Amino acid sequence: MRRASALAAVAALALGALAVAWAAPQWLVFLFSLALAKGVVVLGLLLLMRTGLVSFGQGLYFGLGAYAAALLGEWGGLEDSALMLVAGTLVAGLVAAVLGVLLARYRDIFFAMLSLAFSMIFYGLLVKSAALHSTDGFNLHAKTFAGLALAAGTERRVALGAGVVAVVAAAFLLHRLLASHWGRVSAAIRDNELRVDYLGASVYRVVYANYVIAGALAGLGGALAALAVGHVDPDTTNWTTSGEFVFIAVLGGIGNVLAPFVAATVFQGLGTLAGQYAPNVWQMSLGIAMLAIIMFLPAGLWSLGRRWRSPP
Amino acid sequence: MTSLLPVAFDGIVYASWLFLMASGLTLVYGVMRILNVAHGSLYALGAYAGASLAGAWLAAQWPAVGSYAMLLVAAVLVGLVMGPLLERGLLRWMYGRDEVVLLLVTYAVFLILEDAVKLIWGVNSPMATELYAMPGNFELGGLAQPYYNLLLIAAAIVTGAALAWSIHRTRAGKLLLAVIHDREISAAMGIDVDRVFLVTFSVGATIAALGGALSAPTIALSLGIGVEAIVLSFAVVVVGGLGSLGGAALGALLVGLVRSATVRYWPEAELFAIYAVMALVLIVRPKGLFAAQEARKI
Repeated sequence: MRRASALAAVAALALGALAVAWAAPQWLVFLFSLALAKGVVVLGLLLLMRTGLVSFGQGLYFGLGAYAAALLGEWGGLEDSALMLVAGTLVAGLVAAVLGVLLARYRDIFFAMLSLAFSMIFYGLLVKSAALHSTDGFNLHAKTFAGLALAAGTERRVALGAGVVAVVAAAFLLHRLLASHWGRVSAAIRDNELRVDYLGASVYRVVYANYVIAGALAGLGGALAALAVGHVDPDTTNWTTSGEFVFIAVLGGIGNVLAPFVAATVFQGLGTLAGQYAPNVWQMSLGIAMLAIIMFLPAGLWSLGRRWRSPP
Repeated sequence: MTSLLPVAFDGIVYASWLFLMASGLTLVYGVMRILNVAHGSLYALGAYAGASLAGAWLAAQWPAVGSYAMLLVAAVLVGLVMGPLLERGLLRWMYGRDEVVLLLVTYAVFLILEDAVKLIWGVNSPMATELYAMPGNFELGGLAQPYYNLLLIAAAIVTGAALAWSIHRTRAGKLLLAVIHDREISAAMGIDVDRVFLVTFSVGATIAALGGALSAPTIALSLGIGVEAIVLSFAVVVVGGLGSLGGAALGALLVGLVRSATVRYWPEAELFAIYAVMALVLIVRPKGLFAAQEARKI
């Protein structure tokens, strides 16, 4: 029964998102696309946090995904949004597979700050690179989707629709993964890594694989965001972006794969309001909200829903 | 040979700046197991406060020497206000949580302070560059070097020596070492751990502010100097080993020299060189050069 209602809820959410992609005004499509993009990055972060790791450098893969998608059009002349999404995911996943070899050896703050360092190296690279237009970045424009020509004005809607499908699939798979043997071992690593080691499971392999998955998901998010904004610049990989992801993860909590999307939508909506009415204290409000959540709601917004469903 | 000398000197000046940042960071981590991201904003606060106070002093036409004292005053003020405020007001409610949670807490503080700096000083940053030029220059290997840089080096050496002396040669230092070694047993033996934490955090904050105040005359103040400072000093601290003062000194020297050499011979690679040093050290020694071995507890 619970399972059926959960499935119904997911289906309703996905259909709602698709309806937005189909019929909502452009600004709402834009807002939802960004929320979805950030949500899927945080989905990867959730997997890492379930393993006990906080990455302060997911901006690296977010930026890689965005630039991979944009460069496909800029250099390869392939202005196809489906290809861009795939390219963003693949490139980010590949880089994560390389860096993961090193990073999977680190824990706690070493992991957090090393991942930050790598994202800042990439940021420096982008800023210094004249071929990639330095801090200005450049535009991208998807004219086709999987070979089908798109009418003007529908590109973002189609990208959002494709994004919803890809993200729902990713969230479902991740949900299954977390409930499986693999997910239990991940949680056990967070609780007591040494015991997992003694019990004969390979900690390194689990951490490595989770890191690569998180990287690929962040790449997908980056490509989605690039398609929604129609522009990429080095800020996609700056530490502020990575910090936003951590914030959204803390805001939503890591209790459920849907939490990142709820939190990202709340974040994006509040960000839009704050940008209009209080642009100068945005970071400060983020900081205060983050402190409040850590102190009073350590399991995130998601736990509110649980409290509401089953009062103690 | 003549060209090596200025490069080495630049490296040492940069290392002094890095050490001022990193020593406070590593001290706080060593004692409290908190990697204080807000250290960067304390640095920025020190820089802005120092530039404002020194600028006000100069504008009042008082003797110029006093403006240097104003930098110190600003650092101590920031440290003594922000240190206890953060430790007593916030961090002490968080002890016992995961290191990563504390990292998030200090990150939140960092976000708040970044906007606070913006609200207090606005986007028109105070300038204190007169202090940099005022002592004049001396010649080194055919290049002019400001005397102010010697002041920076001296400040780093004095800070390092004072920290090392008070940790290893005083009673308070012995108590501190006991707390580092085992927090609970120290408390059971009657050491006031709360007070040790308060003092340590305030000292760390003061050193961060001092680093900011002293570097204020040498740089153009802008929002975002705090991030640069925290990211770099983290690299330094990791190279040396978290919680090790000697490690911070060696890490600062290593990173400083590498940076000045790349700036001279291969300027595009400046940022990568620093992280390359960090990555190399970590690949060889995953916990840094001087990190203490930790027992693996099940």
